[in-house]
Amino acid sequence: MDSFYDMKAWELLGLIAGGEVKAAEVLDSVLDRMERVEERVHSYITPTPEEARAAADAADRAAAGGGAGKAAGIPMAVKDVLCTRGVRTTCGSRMLEGYVPVYDATVVERLRGEGLVMVGKANMDEFAMGSSTENSAFGPTRNPWDLERVPGGSSGGSAAAVAAGEAIWALGSDTGGSIRQPASFCGLVGMKPTYGLVSRYGLVAFASSLDQVGPITRDVKDCALLLSLLAGHDPMDSTSLDAAVPDYLAAMEGDIRGIRVGVPRELMQEGLTDGVRKAVEGCLDLFARLGAEVEEATLPNLDYALSAYYIIAPAEASSNLARFDGVRYGLRVKGADDMIEMYGRTRAAGFGPEVKRRIMLGTYALSAGYYEAYYGQAQKVRTLIVRDFQDAFERFDILVSPTSPTPAFGLGERTEDLLAMYLSDVCTIPVNLAGIPAISIPCGLEDGLPLGLQIMGKVLGEATVLRAARAMEEALSFKARPGAEKGVGA
Amino acid sequence: MIERKDVEYVALLARLELSEEEAERFTRQLGQVLEHAERIKSLDTSDVEPTSHAIPLKNVMRADEVRPGLSQEEALSGAPHSEGGYFVVPKII
Repeated sequence: MDSFYDMKAWELLGLIAGGEVKAAEVLDSVLDRMERVEERVHSYITPTPEEARAAADAADRAAAGGGAGKAAGIPMAVKDVLCTRGVRTTCGSRMLEGYVPVYDATVVERLRGEGLVMVGKANMDEFAMGSSTENSAFGPTRNPWDLERVPGGSSGGSAAAVAAGEAIWALGSDTGGSIRQPASFCGLVGMKPTYGLVSRYGLVAFASSLDQVGPITRDVKDCALLLSLLAGHDPMDSTSLDAAVPDYLAAMEGDIRGIRVGVPRELMQEGLTDGVRKAVEGCLDLFARLGAEVEEATLPNLDYALSAYYIIAPAEASSNLARFDGVRYGLRVKGADDMIEMYGRTRAAGFGPEVKRRIMLGTYALSAGYYEAYYGQAQKVRTLIVRDFQDAFERFDILVSPTSPTPAFGLGERTEDLLAMYLSDVCTIPVNLAGIPAISIPCGLEDGLPLGLQIMGKVLGEATVLRAARAMEEALSFKARPGAEKGVGA
Repeated sequence: MIERKDVEYVALLARLELSEEEAERFTRQLGQVLEHAERIKSLDTSDVEPTSHAIPLKNVMRADEVRPGLSQEEALSGAPHSEGGYFVVPKII
């Protein structure tokens, strides 16, 4: 069988449209690959091969009639935080183990209109809270590059599926780095769009002012293609921006001569491994060689971003997760005598440790007597961080940094050390606080593990970010694949 | 810093029953995270407005027209316990 599972979506779309390959054959290749590697990687909570089969057949019929959609025939992993009509949506939690939505998230609905072939609901940290996918109630996902390491998180199942050949591309969600950090750990491209560019309707909320849905793909072209299918105003999401969506595929092409690249010194300080530092410095040299102007930048309040985030995100989560009360959907523990007892016991049984911790932290930060000192102050710090980025973007078109300070860490290595776990998102979190877009692209290896370069842009500056990413991707020519010794092999 | 009794009170507010072991562990862990968060208190923000959304929001208005929504059956389909078109819950008082 051909190794279609290892190809990019844009390549396959061309082959399917030209009648050279059938969507059903592409699906066979991916399902066959799943059979060989899923037991070791565990990318999925709920595989959906039958649904995928019907969708691939429909894509082939549409292609025969010349009317196939822009995603038709491309097997996709969908993070299990996005509602899918008729397919259970667990958010990696016992709380929603049996929850079957009666509606599709807007992004899923849009992709269905373009011929979506969903091969499964991907594993994730429970309610998207985590950086390793170890917080899933359904067991951890392993990194396809090294099965003793984490794939990153919280969209670790989505990233692992694409890296292992169990999907061609995937949807993730990103509240503090949950698309970019796993993309970095798995040698992929991952993008968090500008807040409001992509609808959040049907995305189970974690922190509503920070959450965004975005693509996880094998190259920048696929990222631009998928983003163009996701972006756009949605009347069902009141925070959705009513802005024109550019042609990202066209905007991605072209050189980057004269583009002004800022390197925030606060993101190049301590904590980076030698490999990460060298890889990012190598990219800066390449940017200069491509004709960009590279200079140091500063975001003076960045040292406070992580602290502010770990007040704001849990505060919003504690409010959002109040809906899981055992009444309208999800788990209910039986045998409680009254309502209060039912709530307390249901939530105790349904939520895992990290979710409980963040609910507790958020409730504390919002409670009387502490609100101003914690939540109020964190929101003011957020203003300072937004301003820092605005000031930097007066001088620069894009800002670049590592995506994560280290390559993928070992399973279990950080589960007991919360701050070490939280620090793996230190470069990505400020982007969510500022609402700006950012992409991670593979930029090298350290000890055989992939590293990521983060490129950040202005509000609605996706086109520039993609163009810079595309130019860097070409210059880097990163071709490494998971090895067969520690990983799943290519 | 956060004490065991604070953790128990917050758990009540959050409608989370905690085991002995969890109350103990969360007191320690929340203390650890809050200690890190304390850093933001050192910034002078007396003349800074808070930000709830990085991209300013505006009210979204639309005509008040009847449109199709979920059927009663669909709305109740995820409920752990429903009867005669209602959600059933344990006694409240």
